[in-house]
Amino acid sequence: MAGDTADDTADETAHDAADEPVQGSPSPGADAASREREAPRAAPSSSEGPGSGSPEGPDAPRLTRASRTLLFLTVLIIATSGLVYELLAGTVASYVLGDSVTQFSTTIGTYLFAMGIGSFLSRFVKRGVARRFLEVELAAALVGGLSAPLLFVGFAQAEAFAVLLYGTIVVIGTLVGLEIPLLMRILKEELAFEELVARVLTVDYIGALLGSVLFAIVFVPTLGITRTSLLFGMLNALVALLGTTALAPLLTRGDVLRVRVLAALLLVLLGGTFAQADRLTSWTEQSLYDEPIVFAEQSAYQRLVVTRGGPVTSLFLDGNLQFSSVDEHRYHEALVHPAMAAAPRRARVLVLGGGDGLALRELFRWPEVEHVTLVDLDPAVTRVARRLFADLNAHSLEDPRVELVHDDAMVWLDERQRAAPASGDALPYDVAIVDFPDPNNFSLGKLYTRRFYRLLRTALADDATVAIQSTSPLFARRSYWCITETVREAGYAVRPYHATVPSFGEWGYVLASPRPFDAPSALPPPLPAAELRYLSDALLPTLFVFPPDMGPLEVETNHLNDQALVRYYDAEERQWAN
Amino acid sequence: MLRLLLGAPFAAKLLACEGAPPPQPPEGALLGPDHRLGHRLREPPPREAWRDAPTRRVPVAIVGGGPAGLSAGWRLLRRGERDFRLFELEPALGGTSRSGESALTRYPWGAHYLPVPPTSNVDLRGLLVEMGAFHRSEPAERLLVREPESRVFYRGFWYPGLYPWAGASEEDLAQLARFEARVAAQVEAFQIPSARSARDPAHLALDRLSAAQWLDEGGFTSPRLRWLARYACRDDYGLELEETSAWAFVFYWAARAARPEQALEGSEVLTWPEGNGAIVEHLAGVIGDRVETGRAVVHVHETPEGVQLLLLRADGETRERVVADHAILAVPRFVAARLAPELGLELDGYEVGAWAVANLHLRGRPPGRGAPPAWDNVLYDSPALGYVTATHQRGRDFGPTVWTWYLPFTDADAEAGRRRLFEAEHADLADAVLADLRRPHPELDEHVERVDVWRWGHAMVQPRVGFLRDGARFEDGRPRGHVHLAHSDLSGLALFEEAFFHGVRAADEVWDIRRGAVFQIGEGAADEAGEEATGGAAEATEPAAEPATEDATEASGATTGAEEPA
Ligand SMILES: Cc1cc2nc3c(=O)[nH]c(=O)nc-3n(C[C@H](O)[C@H](O)[C@H](O)COP(=O)(O)OP(=O)(O)OC[C@H]3O[C@@H](n4cnc5c(N)ncnc54)[C@H](O)[C@@H]3O)c2cc1C
Repeated sequence: MAGDTADDTADETAHDAADEPVQGSPSPGADAASREREAPRAAPSSSEGPGSGSPEGPDAPRLTRASRTLLFLTVLIIATSGLVYELLAGTVASYVLGDSVTQFSTTIGTYLFAMGIGSFLSRFVKRGVARRFLEVELAAALVGGLSAPLLFVGFAQAEAFAVLLYGTIVVIGTLVGLEIPLLMRILKEELAFEELVARVLTVDYIGALLGSVLFAIVFVPTLGITRTSLLFGMLNALVALLGTTALAPLLTRGDVLRVRVLAALLLVLLGGTFAQADRLTSWTEQSLYDEPIVFAEQSAYQRLVVTRGGPVTSLFLDGNLQFSSVDEHRYHEALVHPAMAAAPRRARVLVLGGGDGLALRELFRWPEVEHVTLVDLDPAVTRVARRLFADLNAHSLEDPRVELVHDDAMVWLDERQRAAPASGDALPYDVAIVDFPDPNNFSLGKLYTRRFYRLLRTALADDATVAIQSTSPLFARRSYWCITETVREAGYAVRPYHATVPSFGEWGYVLASPRPFDAPSALPPPLPAAELRYLSDALLPTLFVFPPDMGPLEVETNHLNDQALVRYYDAEERQWAN
Repeated sequence: MLRLLLGAPFAAKLLACEGAPPPQPPEGALLGPDHRLGHRLREPPPREAWRDAPTRRVPVAIVGGGPAGLSAGWRLLRRGERDFRLFELEPALGGTSRSGESALTRYPWGAHYLPVPPTSNVDLRGLLVEMGAFHRSEPAERLLVREPESRVFYRGFWYPGLYPWAGASEEDLAQLARFEARVAAQVEAFQIPSARSARDPAHLALDRLSAAQWLDEGGFTSPRLRWLARYACRDDYGLELEETSAWAFVFYWAARAARPEQALEGSEVLTWPEGNGAIVEHLAGVIGDRVETGRAVVHVHETPEGVQLLLLRADGETRERVVADHAILAVPRFVAARLAPELGLELDGYEVGAWAVANLHLRGRPPGRGAPPAWDNVLYDSPALGYVTATHQRGRDFGPTVWTWYLPFTDADAEAGRRRLFEAEHADLADAVLADLRRPHPELDEHVERVDVWRWGHAMVQPRVGFLRDGARFEDGRPRGHVHLAHSDLSGLALFEEAFFHGVRAADEVWDIRRGAVFQIGEGAADEAGEEATGGAAEATEPAAEPATEDATEASGATTGAEEPA
């Protein structure tokens, strides 16, 4: 290995040169210090020897041209990774804390400030600059590389998150801030000052450009946030490893060994985490989504994936799109307002599913709403919604009128019904919004059974209205009418309707009430209808008109013990997949 | 021990694929019927010991608080006989249909389901309507086993359903279809309760064959079909194909199908988280404080004053004498034979198998590969019968749950199986459970909180070859003086329907005799009783007021535990 010879020679060289007077050096002092100070003697021109980057003897130049090239490559990588860490922190912050403009400007501000601290601190590095540089590199590899996984894990601890976020940013910024000044001091003996500044800064800016372009175009889309972070950590560790070769003349053998061992350990750690990252988000998983995955979690109940492409946020549960911020307003306006418009009272509302808080946002447009019970199985959904969708749901999950329950809606209704006669204080609901994922398995299918709707009935006032998301009457026509007929069979009057939600397609709902009722013909005044972006008085009645290709079909109804709906849905999903 | 419990070949397989043994045996209790009193039964104190015991008179005494005894009491009440006592040995009612309860859910310790009775079983349907399990003539949706009903673990994967369809050959499927057709042709002849089945010599001749011979004669060689057949015998009777009477085997398939098309999967099944313990609870609620638990009846003897029953309380000391006009013995046949030697009950060809039942309390659901979790989860390659999930029916599909695991001891000699069972300690049985279920669920151990195990020494009567005794068995239930017999053992089939049938029959016998007596005493009393009788009968067949929805029915069903419905 070339490195070995380089080491040996470097060590020898250092030794020989130890007692020679060195430019600007008050005293030869310790080995490390003296070794560095020899750098000036390494004349750039003297390393013209073909091929080999290793100096040939005691008088050979301290840094060969190859070493210098290596160092400039290092600058490039450092610059790229520095920018990538900054963007990563900004991205995670805006995903987690929401409001990306504020998050980006505060993270960038903090980051730049921390870089300033780093540059300032660099002056206190008096001796062993090369070694210090490599150590900084190792530290940047560790903290930067693990920053995104760390922040995603810390995401669970809501209160500490900001501390963790800004702490990480300050540490990375400081380390990155130290790098360039140190490197410039190492190189300053090699090059004329003007040239040094010009070259280093050029490479630095190219690196920054590369970082910002590749970050958005290549890394996040293909690797995702976590892997990108780990990859750059590994690159930083590699820089340290390369540095032991490039800066060999300036290091003791012990330094070289220590840095190499540490770099190797870091590579193993980061590489191992990279491999483990598959457990968070797999390679293949990313390829399933058009937009970069910014958050993925396997909760006890399902897989949550949030993607973000530009301004568009989408939530997927077990791979099925739940909403896309482009047109979720259509879906949720159509889900909530017809039932509210048709309801004689709107004080107490029950929301089943809908942990994303988007239906809540629509509900709170009605000033009469006094209490909402939201039952969603998965605490992870509401937690993610509070963090990642707070802008989108207008912080509706924080509203004091919301009572949040994490339970299976069927079990919750069943238990409520059993307890109700005894406790007597369970007031009925005026409106219910039923918003479950599509019935693609038995566990979800049960939430569309006659039994379920009968249980729901026990929680409702006699003249309550109910809106139920019911799959697509176009793509899953049998499924849609199966749900409609099941609701009817459970003892409700039904008014089927549909809306156009481009990211889903033509979407179906069932409006129902235990009492005969008329479909709403207008949005009544307490609703500030001007705020709506989709529904209007003119559009509303047309939603209840079905074109022939979405019209009713002869279907079986959905009961717990046969779950006809799951079979219908499965067949229809397959048909559209082909 | 694993070998002793699960059999050598299985144990070897389990141990071979098991990486390291579990660090510690899981926590849990070893449970079973109360043995102290059971012992007293076998060696009761001499009759003179009751000389100074206090004496009570009751019109009717029921001995045994399992489904048969409870059904007898329920029927007496519904007919208008309010004056009776029920004596149960154990501290709890239910017999082999007992259940348990945790903070999370109830769960069965024995019987866990009831096939939807056909319209012909008017009495049982009446009971189910009364307890809210039927809505008009339709079974309650909440109680019909929820899809997915079953799955089978076969070569590393779970598959939906019970028959392992994956990789079945043309020949396998052809045999399955032929088998289905053979059974479908018998749907009319075989009825539940078994007393209503055809008794002609041609059908009775089946009882001289084993199920294995019947399959051989029919050319049913498909390994998958044989597996399904074997599973059925083990599951319902705790027997191997070689031991099971072909009559009982055909009965298993044909009787539970209301229509020929249902020959393979049977009619639908009703279940509760606590299994048939829910029916026990309803019956117990109706009977109310007429029940006395912790009372071993040790001797039954007909005297000129009436039937004299000698009772011993749970303390083993307190003795009582009860003199009844009628006694209904709703206890296993071998117990009845011991209590009332005068009856000379035939015990020839009467065998009862041993079973182990485990309830696994889980913190969460260990993942498995393939089909999603079902109510009944069966392992193809196992001596045990798999597990049912207590929270399935309520729709709780995630998080903590309780699994009930069943292991029948199908030894050719039932006594040998019982010995094997009682040699096993808690740790041995818990190990066997975990070793068995670790195969489909490698991460099982991290989810197990505790494993409680119940040892049923006398679990189920076994319909072995010849159990019908050329039809003589159908006469076993006939009354003997003022002593009436009621237990599923009389049918030789351990099924709720059989226990219920015999309980109702015994109650009707008592009622008919007593009503005759009342007619002789005075008109007024007869009218009153007669009215109640018709009222009760009408109610049992068709409820007068039908609740508006299933849930209203449920709500009343949930509260009837406390009192009789109006
Ligand atoms: C593991 C297992 C699973 C089963 N699964 C099913 C199923 O899914 N579906 C089904 O239909 N059936 C099932 N069975 C059969 C079920 O147990 C019977 O259907 C039913 O419980 C029989 O009721 P029984 O009243 O005839 O007898 P038992 O349940 O045996 O009741 C007899 C009662 O008499 C009491 N007793 C005994 N001696 C005395 C005495 N001397 N004095 C006072 N009391 C006494 C006993 O303590 C007991 O309570 C299962 C059985 C077992 C063991």
